[in-house]
Amino acid sequence: MSNRLSIQKTYKLYIGGKFPRTESGRYTKLSSAKGEYIANMCIASRKDFRDAVRAARSAFSGWQDKTAYNRGQILYRIAEMMEGRTTQFSQELTLQGLTRNQADREVEASIDRMVYYAGWADKFQQLASTVNPVSSSHFNFSVPEPMGVVVIIAPETPSLLGLTSQMAPVILSGNTVVVLASESMPLCAITFGEVIHSSDVPGGVVNILTGTKSELLPHMSSHMDVNAISYCGNNEDERKLVGESAAENVKRVKYYSQPYRNDRGNESLYHILDFVEIKTTWHPVGI
Amino acid sequence: MNQIPHPTSDFITGTYAPAPESTSHVKIQPYYRLFINGKDVDAAEGTRFKTINPATETVIAEVASAGETDVDSAVQAARTAYDKTWFRMSGRERGKYIYRIARLIQERSREFAIVESMNGGKPIRESRDVDTPLAAAHFFYYAGWADKLEYVFPSRDARSLGVAGQIIPWNFPLLMAAWKIAPALAAGNTVVLKPAETTPLTAMLLAEVIRDADLPPGVVNIINGGPATGAALVNHPDVNKIAFTGSTDVGKIIQRSLAGTPKKCTLELGGKAAHIVFEDASLEEAVEGIVNGIFFNQGHVCCAGSRLFVQEGVADTVIGMLKNRMDTLIVGDPLDKNTDIGAINSQPQLDKITKMVNRGVDEGGTLYQCNNQLPGKGYWYNPTLITGVAQSSYVVQEEIFGPVLAIQTFRTVDEVIEKANNTRYGLSGGVWTDNGAKIFHVTRRIRAGVLWANSYNKFDPASPFGGYKESGFGREGGVHGLYPYLEVV
Repeated sequence: MSNRLSIQKTYKLYIGGKFPRTESGRYTKLSSAKGEYIANMCIASRKDFRDAVRAARSAFSGWQDKTAYNRGQILYRIAEMMEGRTTQFSQELTLQGLTRNQADREVEASIDRMVYYAGWADKFQQLASTVNPVSSSHFNFSVPEPMGVVVIIAPETPSLLGLTSQMAPVILSGNTVVVLASESMPLCAITFGEVIHSSDVPGGVVNILTGTKSELLPHMSSHMDVNAISYCGNNEDERKLVGESAAENVKRVKYYSQPYRNDRGNESLYHILDFVEIKTTWHPVGI
Repeated sequence: MNQIPHPTSDFITGTYAPAPESTSHVKIQPYYRLFINGKDVDAAEGTRFKTINPATETVIAEVASAGETDVDSAVQAARTAYDKTWFRMSGRERGKYIYRIARLIQERSREFAIVESMNGGKPIRESRDVDTPLAAAHFFYYAGWADKLEYVFPSRDARSLGVAGQIIPWNFPLLMAAWKIAPALAAGNTVVLKPAETTPLTAMLLAEVIRDADLPPGVVNIINGGPATGAALVNHPDVNKIAFTGSTDVGKIIQRSLAGTPKKCTLELGGKAAHIVFEDASLEEAVEGIVNGIFFNQGHVCCAGSRLFVQEGVADTVIGMLKNRMDTLIVGDPLDKNTDIGAINSQPQLDKITKMVNRGVDEGGTLYQCNNQLPGKGYWYNPTLITGVAQSSYVVQEEIFGPVLAIQTFRTVDEVIEKANNTRYGLSGGVWTDNGAKIFHVTRRIRAGVLWANSYNKFDPASPFGGYKESGFGREGGVHGLYPYLEVV
């Protein structure tokens, strides 16, 4: 063992392709399962959330306009970058209480899930699109388009696999997201932000906040420039609150209660279709 | 065009002799009860309301008004029918019942069209050529899906939801009933339908059709009433799904009240569609499209092309052509086959349109209105243009739901896309240009569910319809129209 003093990592927020501290200056001390100090985590404020929505909105049209093939490659790139960080993710999970074996399995499953969804980026459209046999002389077709800015309320556990499983099917279609990380196990989310940052994901496509769910939830579900919410959890009061505030601008709300698992049970085309709109276009046929 | 003048018309002045559709073989009953569990029943509390012809203000029938007890009976009937009959029936047999409904509507189409025009005020040409045939087509289309549901979700099974509560508006009463009932039944659900308060009659004719088709009692229940009836249906604990078409304000109330419940929900709400004319468009065709876009069904259309954007180089030309074309529109008796614009659906709607247009003028808009002589009785509004308005104008931002078009100009493609999307709505849009690449550039970027290129206000049962943003969520029509009535298992 050397006597070298290790460098501790500062965990910050990830907004618009940058890593700011919360504008509120608030933090909470995160301790390991054994009670040892790990890091000071940012408690994101309503203002941080608004900044994140602004970043997500600005990034939306550019991300949507990328080719599906390109988005697929970028998602695959995320998996590549995660693979290089396997040890770090795994250590963070064990620090927060998982066994080494559990942690390794969760990290591997998260990477594989990203690869799974990367492959969907240029395929789901063909399963969700239709050419419609209308009874008039028109060429008429329906295609999926992204909804816009989507808020993701990640589950408490599994903190990394939950986040990746919930986020990948949303961004692959061209949505941009603001993620609220697991409140009790936030470490991997910020490291995941660093992965995103080095994966050719344009700034603003993915924004990640750590903080207090009960404080942020009302703002996140009532913001007028958010198009949809993906909520994972079983808290009835939270579900009701999200649904009621979402009505303010007719947000689409999807609730997931199933815990994300390491098997393929959560891998589905239908998670992607939960966050697309169907657009139908008509054009006359004739000379 | 070489048109032979009609012998009774004055070709020079463009006036036409009346050509009213005969109502002789249509018998409207004096009183319609609730249709619950296959029977006509009075409301538990005996409440009724009168329904009128908005073109004459005369009462044409009385209708039972459902209270909470009645809503409960209807939901219970639907639940029992679901558990005991409909859920257990094979898709093929379900489909056959739905085909029967389609056929019976076709057979009675003339009667449906006349009653629709009498009760809602829409021109007979539209109720005859659009509403009724499309309603029959909708049932026919979805009938065929009933035994093919395993193809809807690749690699997953589809399961019906249970009892669907459906609330529909007054602008396309029969057609909206068809849009709601057909996919729900095909997917294996049972239904409680609440028609709009001002237009109950064609739904009651549909109840007759459903009984004649011998549908098992309780599979479809139709109950009339006002907002309280709708609220009782939305909040009934034994309903599994709510489908609503109507205003964004009411849609939000429904979405809020369903929060935290396991009920599924689809909403088809208001709109303020951008209708864009580029200078390289075929202008004659575009003008026809603009007229159809905003004056079809008196503008009582959620997807109406109510915001016109004309490229600056052709703005004066297009507006001039539009005014000339508008001057030929005939406002009057909905049952007259010459009529282009019928009656406004109700006094409150007429008041709302009048008030909104007045505010548009107060804010500096310039008005152009047709000067049709309007009948003394009934609710009428002449086709109207408002120019000189800005993005922030009230009449540009808010849905008027009447024959009123707000006109703006633009210079560049990017500018018009930004203006088109600068609204809380996102139901539909229109684009006129002869440049194919430009069409897809623009239609891709407009955040709305239905885009008509070089056409407008076309509908088909195979074509998904529904909104982005505050225009609601979920689709009606096509295979996508089945999703809201099924769950993936």
